Amino acid sequence: MESVVARAGIWLAALFVAIVMFVNAVDTGFAIHMAIFGLAAIAGLVISLRKTNYFALANGVGTAVDQGRYDDDLIRAGVILTTFWGCVGFLVGLVIALQLAFPVLNLGLEWTTFGRIRPLHTSAVIFAFGGTALIATSFYIVQRTCRTRLAFPGLARFVFWGYQLFIVLAATGYVLGITQGKEYAEPEWYVDLWLTVVWVAYLAVFVGTLVKRKEPHIYVANWFFLSFILTIAMLHLVNNANLPVSVFGSHSVAVWAGVQGALVQWWYGHNAVGFFLTAGFLAMMYYFVPKQAGRPVYSYRLSIIHFWGLIFLYIWAGPHHLLYTALPDWAQTLGMVFSVMLWMPSWGGMINGLMTLNGAWDKVRTDPIIRMMVLSLAFYGMSTFEGPMMSIKSVNSLSHYTDWTIGHVHSGALGWNGMITFSALYFLAPRLWNRERMYSLRMINWHFWLATLGIVFYASAMWVTGIMEGLMWREYGADGYLVNSFAETVAAKYPMYLLRAFGGVLYLSGALIMAFNVWQTIAGKLRQEEPLRTAEYDAAADRPLPAVAAE
Amino acid sequence: MSPHSTYDTLRHLADSWGLVATMILFLVLALWPFRPGAREHNEAAANSIFDDEDPRGNDNVQ
Repeated sequence: MESVVARAGIWLAALFVAIVMFVNAVDTGFAIHMAIFGLAAIAGLVISLRKTNYFALANGVGTAVDQGRYDDDLIRAGVILTTFWGCVGFLVGLVIALQLAFPVLNLGLEWTTFGRIRPLHTSAVIFAFGGTALIATSFYIVQRTCRTRLAFPGLARFVFWGYQLFIVLAATGYVLGITQGKEYAEPEWYVDLWLTVVWVAYLAVFVGTLVKRKEPHIYVANWFFLSFILTIAMLHLVNNANLPVSVFGSHSVAVWAGVQGALVQWWYGHNAVGFFLTAGFLAMMYYFVPKQAGRPVYSYRLSIIHFWGLIFLYIWAGPHHLLYTALPDWAQTLGMVFSVMLWMPSWGGMINGLMTLNGAWDKVRTDPIIRMMVLSLAFYGMSTFEGPMMSIKSVNSLSHYTDWTIGHVHSGALGWNGMITFSALYFLAPRLWNRERMYSLRMINWHFWLATLGIVFYASAMWVTGIMEGLMWREYGADGYLVNSFAETVAAKYPMYLLRAFGGVLYLSGALIMAFNVWQTIAGKLRQEEPLRTAEYDAAADRPLPAVAAE
Repeated sequence: MSPHSTYDTLRHLADSWGLVATMILFLVLALWPFRPGAREHNEAAANSIFDDEDPRGNDNVQ
């Protein structure tokens, strides 16, 4: 009973704080955010009071959970929300792609301009789609590989739903124009503080589960997850060192300034790629690929070298975002050299994942989930080759600030992160809802081809337009003046912008097919369909040859 | 210590003893799974994710 009262008390206190902040708010955006905080506190209060088993409490009966089952409620919610955020993020991406081709789609409203919608897209795909997938799969994998239930189940629920609240606050903030102006770290100081609390709780749940494990060894996927959680905590704290102008307002001033600020930002930015989009998703890869292939990872030793290689090299690669700037020359060279060295562990990891299929390559033809995993590994390899190449100073002088960078990011994000997440969702959905298989394997095949074609359109359009604009920007005439004005380069890019948007349409359609497939799987339906491959059989030819008369 | 000499000290520490120490730590960690007798341990770890499957190779979905 005490715990029920205590929990209700915490929610009421949170509601009270939100109301005080709301009443004293010095700007509208802050007031709206405090209202959202308050609504979340009310929702938490109502849910925690309604879910309490008062009968058991009144009769002094314990409500012990079944220790013989994994704690999968959050993971089921995670599969649904990952699918949802994916579709939202891809849709917003398509909208901003079309805005670049057709500026009229900015609608003339401050809330729908490219500048506000673009961080909405990046955060929706990275932090909402990717982050929800990471939390859900880490909770799934850590339980299975440790053969134990999640530690601190109440705290785990706080982590999951607290992170969703972070997503809502970040997304509404971008549209309202609340930003601290740092790429991939746009949310303001109070949202950063909230995420810090959620993240520390995440670390506690993850480490707590590792501590109570029943397996002697900590499987390598958990190493990657743990490095992801720890490093993101460190990056978040350092890069978001901001002083609020008022505790009742949404504006803050950064502690870091000038070139130090730029270096801290890209130390954060590149390691967000390295530890959020790489280490975390590699953890998924090291569990789901061997599981789906039914074979252990090709080389466990190589996976450990892959791990330490990433840890020791990634953290120094950030300065490659600041080549030819005010950053000291030695720091630029350091960033470039470490980026080039990163190629090795990355390809080691890709080879390790692909070679896991050694002896089972036929599954690429028969199992669309394996096919998706192979493609995601291929894109991991491709973008971790392209990245080091682009960080070489002479290449960067052509590629930087052009759409080649956008193409590079998307072959990594759509190809590697997207495809490995889709295949993880296809792996998880039938298991979590206790179904024989996904509703339709043929739809997974459709999704595979739509997504693949979408990436091909996207990446090739961006390569062409990026290199073209890079060459146009640096073209001098005989008289020493630049040949092209900026507006001319924009006009020249128009056809490629259309092709890019078409790629986005294909990728989004694939994701919508996945959403339908997951929905039908949860509903318990199985589509009657031809299997993807059956051995050939011709009844008419299945007989001995007739005797032929001698000539 | 003036800010410039702090920068200078740290910078020289980083590309001398700092680099050596980090390199040694990296080599020890990366070579650790290659120590004698670790093969069995690695194979057991790689296969541990299949302990929850039945011998027929089907995943035991609850």
